[in-house]
Amino acid sequence: MPSPRYWREVPNRFRLEAAKCRACGKVVFPARRICPACRKSDFEPTALSWRGKVVTSTSVVVAPTDFAQQAPYAVAVIETPEGARLMAQVVDCDPATVVPGTDVRLMFRKITQEGHGGILCYGFKGVPAA
Amino acid sequence: MREVAIVAAGMTRFGELWESSLRDLFAEAASEALTSAKADRLDSIYVGNMAAGQFVGQEHLGPLMADHLGMAGVASVRVECACASGGAALRSAFLEVASGASDLVLAAGVEKMTDGADATEVLATAADQELEAYHGITFPGLYAMIARAHAKAHGTTDEDMAWVSVKNHKHGALNPKAQFRREVTVAEVLGSSMVADPLRLLQCSPVSDGAAAVLLCPLDQAKKYTDRPVKIRASVLATSTMALADRKDPSFLDAVKLSADRAYKAADLKPSDVHVVEVHDCFAIAEICCIEALGLVEVGKGRHAAREGLTALGGKIPVNTSGGLKSKGHPVGATGIAQAIEIFEQLRGEAGARQVKNARIGLAQNMGGSGASSVVHILERV
Amino acid sequence: MAGIVGYGAYIPRYRIKSEEIARQWGKDAGAIQRGLLLEEKSVPGLDEDTITISVAAGRSALARARIEPRRIGAVYIGSESHPYAVKPSGTVLVDALGIAPEVHVADFEFACKAGTEAMFVALGLVESGRVEYAMGIGADTSQGAPNDALEFSASAGGAAYIFGKEDLLAEVLETYSYTSDTPDFWRREGEFYPRHGGRFTGEPAYFKHVLSATRGILKKTGLGPADFRYAVFHMPNGKFPLQAAKELGFKKEQTETGWIVNKMGNTYSGSSPTGLAAILDVASPGDKILITSFGSGAGSDSFVLRATKALPERRGLAPTVRSMLDGPRHYLTYGEYAKFRGKIILGSER
Repeated sequence: MPSPRYWREVPNRFRLEAAKCRACGKVVFPARRICPACRKSDFEPTALSWRGKVVTSTSVVVAPTDFAQQAPYAVAVIETPEGARLMAQVVDCDPATVVPGTDVRLMFRKITQEGHGGILCYGFKGVPAA
Repeated sequence: MREVAIVAAGMTRFGELWESSLRDLFAEAASEALTSAKADRLDSIYVGNMAAGQFVGQEHLGPLMADHLGMAGVASVRVECACASGGAALRSAFLEVASGASDLVLAAGVEKMTDGADATEVLATAADQELEAYHGITFPGLYAMIARAHAKAHGTTDEDMAWVSVKNHKHGALNPKAQFRREVTVAEVLGSSMVADPLRLLQCSPVSDGAAAVLLCPLDQAKKYTDRPVKIRASVLATSTMALADRKDPSFLDAVKLSADRAYKAADLKPSDVHVVEVHDCFAIAEICCIEALGLVEVGKGRHAAREGLTALGGKIPVNTSGGLKSKGHPVGATGIAQAIEIFEQLRGEAGARQVKNARIGLAQNMGGSGASSVVHILERV
Repeated sequence: MAGIVGYGAYIPRYRIKSEEIARQWGKDAGAIQRGLLLEEKSVPGLDEDTITISVAAGRSALARARIEPRRIGAVYIGSESHPYAVKPSGTVLVDALGIAPEVHVADFEFACKAGTEAMFVALGLVESGRVEYAMGIGADTSQGAPNDALEFSASAGGAAYIFGKEDLLAEVLETYSYTSDTPDFWRREGEFYPRHGGRFTGEPAYFKHVLSATRGILKKTGLGPADFRYAVFHMPNGKFPLQAAKELGFKKEQTETGWIVNKMGNTYSGSSPTGLAAILDVASPGDKILITSFGSGAGSDSFVLRATKALPERRGLAPTVRSMLDGPRHYLTYGEYAKFRGKIILGSER
């Protein structure tokens, strides 16, 4: 992963920074220039809560090379209390237990690393709340 | 806008074609189309291809393919829309002829997937890189999430999805150009290895090489090339949000519905007017979702269609008589064109053992990524 | 007077039992458990490292401190398993916790003492008035070589401490450090596993420094073991800290709360700091607490602390050490453990 492309995403990946459209109230995560709901460009900064509920999920068995050692792992679409949705792995559990409705906490974890010499990439993952 | 016809088609076999390179595949399919039309010139070429740059390190396909067709000098450009690249290339070709700008345009699709690149990684570039691929989701993983959401909303089971594979393999066994020409059973499908829960290997389309091409011209010039032209009544592309997390309902493919509704409107037709359909069954769940979004069955009822024979050859609305992506194969950029060719042959009575009797109106639906794009073509025998 | 305004700890959910490690190498599990007093240890997930552990512990410390992250003027992470050889762990943390950019950051290293070292420096900066708040963290995901004694104890976890001058949870009454050049345990650049001097790590290393530092701070403060409600020592295994406590005159009731090594293993730079967190989770206002760390190489840092009235109110704002030790956890087979710890040679590294 080229460093600038990773570094640019730090605010949303490290701190769940999002944007709230001043015109229509939609919470956009990650922040964008143009609101996908009303197409205006006037936002106020906000951040998501570090928790949410699984909307849908799967268990990835055949994984990309960089993730192969972690397979099988659960990936889910998670909705936070602000109404924003994000995609993240859900770990520290049997992937089969991650199903629609599962409550999760979001935690700061290492997402991937590029072999022995590349940079380490961090971000958010879910952990079952129970 | 002028009316446009497809007058010829050419297609390689789909499969692991070790002897053929990317350019070989294109030349084979394109020249078959030109030969059958006895055409010796072209005004323009559109090459549908998703990822030649990643699979074989080759960009700039437009001039490369024109050159290898012996047509250096002709306008030629690559069209990319992930797995809908073929359909998008067909739409671009249609617009160029319909607008009056050109009189003879080749719409082709090609993909070479078996030269050593990691297909899982390359295909994942059709997903949102920063929001989805970054977290380790795979393409089958996205559809597995759609399947789970569909199961939650409508009770769709693993077995319902297995029946889609069974039906499509039954069709594919009758298709000389299909990658897999053997039938499979529900037990085999459900016993195949897990790729991303709940999708198993035999519910996922394969990695394939292949190319397909069709020749378009104004309807009023079609007789020069064939006595059985097929008219394009609608050519529509719609998009949806890129990330699955941003879809209102992850179990519903709204780009498919949008492209279908616009196509029916443009053609002044209803779903019940269509006699034969090719849909984008990249994964078994996709066929179920697509036939719902196309309005061929009620939302939530798509899960029964394959098992009950509704969408089989001989059924009320045959879907994927070619074998679909599952059995015919899915060389990504070629698929959209191959679907159009199946409908083209059905409408001309050339589908052999797969022939749907009296098929007069057909629909081909091609989809990109996890449903972020969808192209629908409605064709009619004239 | 300066002291702790916030603290937090983090222990990963994965575990491996000593029995399972012994089974792998054909060793006598019972003898090991009796000899080292280790039942099981924590194992970091494939997605966990010193940085992610520090962030989790740091987040809990901020929750208990109830201060705006940007008021922290210095952050130090001490570890012997920083994820990068060159590029700080601390910079990732200050961006993750919203402490950046007006902050001084440095990574520390001194075998298992790097945590208390970071705490010492953080405390000193606050005392000097140079910064309003400073955070010192000890966290590790250290390795034990296969079939070596250290494989039974080397584990993962960490604790974070925010120092300030107001609204303290615990006052720091005194510090004392004792250091010498003693090559009892080391790792050369590029080596995957550390090496150690066997029995040399005992008396001339661990005991000499732990005892000297503790006696030093007792002398400096004029206090005796009986003045303390709690004491915690670095825990390389279950036996050493109990032996040190006994030699110094501390009783079991004083050491049992902080003695968490039997279930956690040795979290190296996180060891005594996490033991301290376990004590802060239950200490009563006015209780005096002693902590003495040990880092091979070698040195010990001692602190004398006193719990304040505010501690019982604020400690509920983040998870306790006990909740992480006794809460949801997953036991691994040796094969899974080896995979998690990168002990298996893989074919497809790029």
